[in-house]
Amino acid sequence: MTFLQLIRKNLFRKKLRTALTIFAIFIAFLIFGVLATFQNGMNAGVDLAGADRLIVTNKINFTQPMPIAYVSRVAAVPGIARVAHASWFGGYYQEPKNFLVSFAIDPASYLDIYSEYVVAPAQREAFLRDRGGVLVGKVVADTYGFKVGDRIPLKSSIWRQKNGSDTWDFTVSGIVTPREARVDTNFVMFHYEYFKETRDVGGDTIGWMIVKTANTKDNERIIKTIDTQFANSPFETETKTEQAFNKAFIEQMGDLGFIILAVVGSAFVTILLIVGNTMMLTVRERTNEIAVLKTIGFTGERIFALIIGESLLLAVIGGLLGVGLAWLISFGMAQAMSSFGPMTFSLNTALTSFVLIATLGVLTGFVPAYRAMKLDVVTALGRK
Amino acid sequence: MSDALIVLKNIGKRYTRGKQQVRIFDHLDMAIPRQDFVAMMGPSGSGKTTLLNLLGGIDKPSEGEIAFEGKRMDDLSEGKLAAFRAANVGFVFQFYNLMPMLTAAQNVELPLLLTKLGPKARRERVQTALTIVNLADRARHKPSELSGGQQQRVAIARAIVSDPKLLLCDEPTGDLDRETADEILGMLQTLNRDLGKTIVMVTHDPEAARFAKRTLHLDKGHFVEKDLNA
Ligand SMILES: Nc1ncnc2c1ncn2[C@@H]1O[C@H](COP(=O)(O)OP(=O)(O)OP(=O)(O)O)[C@@H](O)[C@H]1O
Ligand SMILES: [Mg+2]
Repeated sequence: MTFLQLIRKNLFRKKLRTALTIFAIFIAFLIFGVLATFQNGMNAGVDLAGADRLIVTNKINFTQPMPIAYVSRVAAVPGIARVAHASWFGGYYQEPKNFLVSFAIDPASYLDIYSEYVVAPAQREAFLRDRGGVLVGKVVADTYGFKVGDRIPLKSSIWRQKNGSDTWDFTVSGIVTPREARVDTNFVMFHYEYFKETRDVGGDTIGWMIVKTANTKDNERIIKTIDTQFANSPFETETKTEQAFNKAFIEQMGDLGFIILAVVGSAFVTILLIVGNTMMLTVRERTNEIAVLKTIGFTGERIFALIIGESLLLAVIGGLLGVGLAWLISFGMAQAMSSFGPMTFSLNTALTSFVLIATLGVLTGFVPAYRAMKLDVVTALGRK
Repeated sequence: MSDALIVLKNIGKRYTRGKQQVRIFDHLDMAIPRQDFVAMMGPSGSGKTTLLNLLGGIDKPSEGEIAFEGKRMDDLSEGKLAAFRAANVGFVFQFYNLMPMLTAAQNVELPLLLTKLGPKARRERVQTALTIVNLADRARHKPSELSGGQQQRVAIARAIVSDPKLLLCDEPTGDLDRETADEILGMLQTLNRDLGKTIVMVTHDPEAARFAKRTLHLDKGHFVEKDLNA
């Protein structure tokens, strides 16, 4: 028998009680893991935003247009490496419920700036050459079964063609794959030139610009320079870092981070109380045995370790089961909820879980372990 | 006196209960020779358990000195006292005090967790201890599957497994019938005679005291002469 075995035997003395406690911990960590996976998906855009990228939108609202002439004026600002632009298409495939994140872009500059979007060189070449070509994100391609060479009609809920049709025909030039799992590829994009020439209104306007700065230290200055340049014009701009822009975009749906924190927080407070209470009860029932162990020669420190070990083991079993299941579920979430963003059970989530498990184990065991350590043998043995 | 295993000199012991001070011992002297088997009797509350606790290094005297094999132990730290108990003292209680979820063998093995012995050496020690108390065939039984007498034998095996010189027994047969009690007492006698264990046993039972080499009577914190037939 080893110390660990002794701890295990102590823990599983009351099988039902321990099973119920493990179940409570399991549920809390399952909730944590699933919500963290969801949040990772929602926050991917914020977390992965390029520090050297700025988004320039119309000051009124990011759905309002701005003249394409702005692109060259912004490009002239010192410290800027590259400028791209994009316009919202508001597309869907066949039926409105098949909504697609879709926009018209300046192909070369856009792909240069978004290096996290990987396109095979041949497909990229094909896309740059074909004005009617479309690049399809892997998530979209997988959902609708689009393949390179497919002709796909995309409808717009916003725009009309000059001939009155709401449908544009595109040829799939390539599939965009993510450079890493957390990069969202739920989108389609095509040539701005083709879009501009065929749409009935809008003229020479674009939706927004993406600016890549040469040095992130200059971001603040460049943001000011750009917005000052267009101040008091009919199209005033608002420039933000990509991170700030993505964050503001997500927060339109409410403060997700806070909601998740509140849910996870209350789950943890609950199990802290449940497990803490169970440990107190368990140790109080064993007062006499603890006194005997001390009599035999177990030091207070050893007794402390024995009980903290027990609460840690409890937390580890319940926690790993919960986190493990959440990890399995995350693969299903990545499939089923890809339109919300790339759901991943990140390394960070795993590490946070381990820290939470250790904290739970130590917190719930500390008071009973401390009491047991300080237990006076004479008094404890005297009160049979 | 020079060959005494344990010597108590001028011991005072007080407990504070609220504002009241309870004096249990005052200027108590005692020497227990090696390989002695002492029965200690006396009315309830006379301080028998308290004395046993002092001898075993569970409790500390308020005044005076206690020496084990010539070395003082009343001034040792908690940690050192724990190590002292693990190495030198085996305890047997009235209510056996076994861990219910451990088998007989695992209960006996508990004190060995504090030693550096490897698994094989431990298994041999446990086997030997269980054989001495005639329970080798019950090694895998849980306490709940054993009779009171058998549980007390497991407790004795646990007390001797790390081969301590001193055995302290507090009413070891207080919960057993005559026949079982005699069996346990015979076993203690064997441990004393054949293995040279020094034993101090508290008992209320004059029959039990007969198994010892001598009997001490404690009354209000003092040893008194007493005629057993009175
Ligand atoms: N921890 C303590 N705090 C206060 N008083 C104590 C404590 N332990 C023992 N006493 C008191 O010391 C006296 C001696 O107690 P002790 O347990 O040694 O008696 P005993 O001879 O073993 O009695 P019994 O035969 O009933 O077991 C009693 O009056 C008891 O109330
Ligand atoms: Mg007593």
